[in-house]
Amino acid sequence: MNDEIVLETRDLTKHYGGVFALEGADFTLRNGEHVAIMGDNGAGKSTFVRQITGVEQRTRGEIIFNGSPVHFENPMDAREAGIETVFQTLALADELDVPDNLFLGRELIRFNLGPFSILDYRSMRERTLQALQETGVKIPNIRNIIRNMSGGQRQCVAIARTATFHSKLTIMDEPTAALGVQETAQVENIIRTLKDQGDPLILISHNMRQVFDLADRVVVLRRGRICANLDIRNEDITGEDVVSYITGARTQREYEGTAGTHSVAA
Amino acid sequence: MNKVVYGTAGQTYDHKKRALPPELGIFIALLVIVAIFELLGALFVGQSLLFDTKGRFDGPLGLFNVARLKIMILQVSIIGIIAIGSTQVIISGGIDLSPGSVVGISGMIAMSFAQVAEVNGLPNPKPVFGAWAQDIPALVPIIVGLCVGLAAGLVNGALIAYTRIPPFIATLGMMVFARGAAKWWTKGEPVSFPSESFAAIGSGMMPVVIFVSLAILFHIVLKYTVYGKHTYAVGSNEDAARMSGIKIQRHKMMVYAIAGLLAATASIVLCSKNLTAQSGMGIMYELDAIAMTVIGGVSLSGGRGSIVGTVLGALIFGVIISGFTFLRLDAFYQEMVKGFIIVSAVVLDQWRQQRAAARS
Repeated sequence: MNDEIVLETRDLTKHYGGVFALEGADFTLRNGEHVAIMGDNGAGKSTFVRQITGVEQRTRGEIIFNGSPVHFENPMDAREAGIETVFQTLALADELDVPDNLFLGRELIRFNLGPFSILDYRSMRERTLQALQETGVKIPNIRNIIRNMSGGQRQCVAIARTATFHSKLTIMDEPTAALGVQETAQVENIIRTLKDQGDPLILISHNMRQVFDLADRVVVLRRGRICANLDIRNEDITGEDVVSYITGARTQREYEGTAGTHSVAA
Repeated sequence: MNKVVYGTAGQTYDHKKRALPPELGIFIALLVIVAIFELLGALFVGQSLLFDTKGRFDGPLGLFNVARLKIMILQVSIIGIIAIGSTQVIISGGIDLSPGSVVGISGMIAMSFAQVAEVNGLPNPKPVFGAWAQDIPALVPIIVGLCVGLAAGLVNGALIAYTRIPPFIATLGMMVFARGAAKWWTKGEPVSFPSESFAAIGSGMMPVVIFVSLAILFHIVLKYTVYGKHTYAVGSNEDAARMSGIKIQRHKMMVYAIAGLLAATASIVLCSKNLTAQSGMGIMYELDAIAMTVIGGVSLSGGRGSIVGTVLGALIFGVIISGFTFLRLDAFYQEMVKGFIIVSAVVLDQWRQQRAAARS
């Protein structure tokens, strides 16, 4: 496998006023690798993702994507660079259909007339079907608006976006948190498809079974700091071990003295 | 239960789930209202509302009472132009209360540049400006009027996009301000005696031609352009639109600017048709325009609706106004019924939405 580093963060830090939501996170992701980020509520998982995807501006630290330092002003910058994110709150427009949502903000056009450019509906539909096929997403009618879809279908649409644009990195923030058993299985299948295609992924999840099924590596966050980096594919690590890192019963040696020392400024 | 066939890869297409266009319901409502008036007409007046009962089947529309049809569309076309602007504002999740007053101020200012120097061989009795602004091409007042509308729209848009105050408040402010400005412009005096070329804009059936052309143009803009798609997206889920990289602030500025331009267009047509501009003109137009859009199925919560719906809403308005005159009923019944129809349109739309959600 190509071991090229796709994403690296050095000393990534985010303070919200006096709250240290993320403190000195050093993280690397190699090509084709699926990494799960785990941690309790408020541990800084979503904060970490928001810094990488340009939703928020970091307080300090460096992000190196594809070998060069990046500074995303907004989610669109990150997306253009090739980082596709499925947010916890699905960023879908309820009244629009599947192709409209997949291509929202980067519509295919037929004539360029600035903001009044004419949309190329046919190409968008064709590429949507193609993307759904690649990811194995099943949606009965792509012309149906999102409002009329089930939670699982919505999630699939959000994930299919990543496949449509052949992104270099996919980030999923609790993609199955609100889904039923069957729908969860469908989403997990899509994630396996990404793995087979060699696409790197950062998965945020609370579901231990899911993480052990899908991820190569688990990074545990606690009170805004990374406290463990576990190679669950090659080392003998159980769910209970991970739980003990999450709850703070254990901290990996290399992270000792940093994790959990303080989370709130005086 | 609707049986959904799952294929291998999302390519299956359940044709049964393809809902009928929402505009169809409004069209049926229009037919029902026409039918009610036809029935009442046959019972109480002994006439038909829309059809030519005198047996003069001449011309392509010979079957219909063409004169009444013309009046019916003519009387809603000026507010209809405003309603086109309101439609896209409401689809974007906003509301615009200012068009009525923008009609006032842009008409007053535009008309000041459209006056003639001489009336019946005598100097213009009430010139706003000196000779330099008299007998000039109609293009000048048109451009001036549009600029005033554009400016009002841009101020609305800027207030909403950058100060983040609710659109209701921002445009309420503009509504009060622009009305005051319209009165201040000539200290309340009407501005009259436009040039012939300016008077031609709103003469005869021109308002209908302008309304229909703009309706077609904005139907295309909303359905087939990036601007239209983004308008629906912003109204549907503003956060999603932002995450998708749509420049929300710039987009809102454009939406309100276009609404302002359309209000000014309506104003120019109205002044030209009436051959005068008055500071009080356009009062309540914004509410009629909003009512047309709501009857036409545009959702006040944003993201949903179409120009086709709004045009049908305008026609429903026209039928009601004509129908009441036709039945020789007083105008106040008209307004009571209009109020009733506005509320029923929204209630029906919500039922329809709930049913659609339950089906899938």
